[in-house]
Amino acid sequence: MTKTPLQFRHNGRDVALFVDGGVNLLVALRELIGDMTPKFGCGQGGCGACSVLIDGELHLSCLTLAETVNGRAVETLDGLKDGPNLHPLQRAFMEQFAAQCGYCTPGMLMAAKALLDRNPSPTRAEVVEAISGNICRCTGYEPIINAVLAAATSGRARA
Amino acid sequence: MLELRKDIFADERDDNLKEIGKGTQRQDMLGHVTGTSTYFDDHKLQGMLHLKVLRSPHAHARLRRIDTMEAERAPGVRRIIRGADVPINLNTLLSLINFGKDDEPSLAVDKVRYKGEPIVAVVADSPREAYEALAKVRVDYEPLPAVFDVEEALKPGAPVVNETYPKNTFVYHDVYDHQKLRFGDVERGFAEADHVLEQRYQMSPIEHAPTETNGSIAAPDTNGRYVVYTSTQALFFSLDTCAKILDVPSNTFHFIGGTVGGGFGGKVDTLTEPLAILGAMLTGRPVRYQLGREEEMQFGSPRGAERIYIKDGVMRDGRIVARKIRAYFDSGAYTRLSSYAVVKCVAHLPGPYTIPNVHGDVYCVFTNRTPATAMRGFGVTAMDFALECQMDKLAHLVGIDPMEFRILNAYRDGDMKAHRREAKNTALIECVQVAAEKAKWPLREEVKRMSSRTDGGGSRAAISPTPREPVPQRAAVSQQRTTYDRAPAATVQPPPPAPPTPPPPRPQAPSPSHGATRFSSVFGTRRR
Ligand code: FES
Ligand code: FES
Repeated sequence: MTKTPLQFRHNGRDVALFVDGGVNLLVALRELIGDMTPKFGCGQGGCGACSVLIDGELHLSCLTLAETVNGRAVETLDGLKDGPNLHPLQRAFMEQFAAQCGYCTPGMLMAAKALLDRNPSPTRAEVVEAISGNICRCTGYEPIINAVLAAATSGRARA
Repeated sequence: MLELRKDIFADERDDNLKEIGKGTQRQDMLGHVTGTSTYFDDHKLQGMLHLKVLRSPHAHARLRRIDTMEAERAPGVRRIIRGADVPINLNTLLSLINFGKDDEPSLAVDKVRYKGEPIVAVVADSPREAYEALAKVRVDYEPLPAVFDVEEALKPGAPVVNETYPKNTFVYHDVYDHQKLRFGDVERGFAEADHVLEQRYQMSPIEHAPTETNGSIAAPDTNGRYVVYTSTQALFFSLDTCAKILDVPSNTFHFIGGTVGGGFGGKVDTLTEPLAILGAMLTGRPVRYQLGREEEMQFGSPRGAERIYIKDGVMRDGRIVARKIRAYFDSGAYTRLSSYAVVKCVAHLPGPYTIPNVHGDVYCVFTNRTPATAMRGFGVTAMDFALECQMDKLAHLVGIDPMEFRILNAYRDGDMKAHRREAKNTALIECVQVAAEKAKWPLREEVKRMSSRTDGGGSRAAISPTPREPVPQRAAVSQQRTTYDRAPAATVQPPPPAPPTPPPPRPQAPSPSHGATRFSSVFGTRRR
């Protein structure tokens, strides 16, 4: 099978690889780049576990052809920390018990980041809307919503 | 923060709680929020191959011919695995504790018994090549009549689902086609009752739908062993199950797991590990077998469906005097854990209430549905749904507040439970009182003062006279065993002594093993 060359920014670092036609971004990130933070939950756009940011916008990597991110910037949970320092969202998720098995957490955090990046002071309803494409089967959504709101508050306090 | 009601049962403990009631950070939380918690699928091994299985499109069919010739020549295919390649292609999960007969193949050989049953596995260089090869496998099916309803399955002439159990019911102690509970005389109770209410309840199967699908990766290790990364909820249980199916000592395997992307009971069935390991054994390469979402939803085992009939006799003053229950657990095509769920259910009857006459018959029934498994309180949850619906209806019937009605009938310390254990450390009354308080539900002063620790025992500790029932004769061992069963037919055990009157619901295997004894000990657990 012929492979297509592909270059993009992955969490601020340039990566170059060759992909088979039809390979999705989730597989490219996990299997070719080795970034295991986006998760496979369904492969069909139903769960949000594979959520990543492409040029700052929330996308489902399982439904994104790898080739389409050529020349763009992809962010995953792996790039959320600032060196050893947790992002306010990560701290808030820890403090608010917003993860149980943790499998939905990478996607939840990216959905929440997409929200706070464009709207640092969301209402509860806006948080609910922002994570509505992300399924969590363990924690219950209340602690997750509370964590996002708490992160927004602490982010404002820092700014 | 948790609110602790230390006033309740204050004299039962020293007030030196160091952990309870205080927030403690989970040890795995940092991994979760940084995405570094390692799930089974986060291992990428050099030269890893991918395994996918062909699943039956029929709920019940004979397999006339399986032709894999074309699939074997498909690009990227390393190995085709068929039933004959599985060293011991017949197992039942609880055989590890000597409970039940082997009834489920890893890959179907002569028959498929539910839609989605695995028939052939393909190990290929990529998932895509595995799927493409599967599409080239030709199977000649002879569809058979199927049965999907638990009561239909018990009728004479119903299709035999699983030849290991020709009557479509699990067989307890080689004799009983169901589990019985007999405590007092329900018929007399009904005759005395002011009202009798009989209702039918149906619980659907429920899929756990974990966010991470079931899966595992098995890889040959340099010391002749195999390392297995798995999503299992039951690491050692799965390890031993694989050792049995693959016919090797259990120290052949190094299982690594514990970080599970949601389980809820749906990851105890060892669905993927045996074939992943076999693939690694046959190819000498790491093999990954991960269920897709559709496989997880359609063929991953659910909480089993239950059909429940409850007939209650109740007095005008609110006392329940008789409760008769007939229930059918839909095990699907194979046993897995439903046999155990039935035992647990019968031990739970008649719910947390003191009722002098109780009669229970609970069946583990085979149908051509997806095999059922564990899920959060299975065996008890669905029955409690039915019992509590029934409690509301009874309360309405006698015109008593439903909260008070439960308090009135609740177990108290010293009462005799229907399975002949004294009730200890009971707390239903206190739970209902607190629930009513939280819900701002008015209770009468007199009911608010009631306690689990007073007014129990005495006449409530008695076992009312229980009529004897004939004991069924043990059938000669004539179980039709399937062609791929390598184990010798079980030797005939001497018939067990006639059970005491009435037979207790705890399982007493004819020759109890250590495991079987431990298994029954679930009924002896106490809070203290
Ligand atoms: S894996 Fe992409 S939405 Fe579920
Ligand atoms: S924490 Fe398990 S799916 Fe959300």
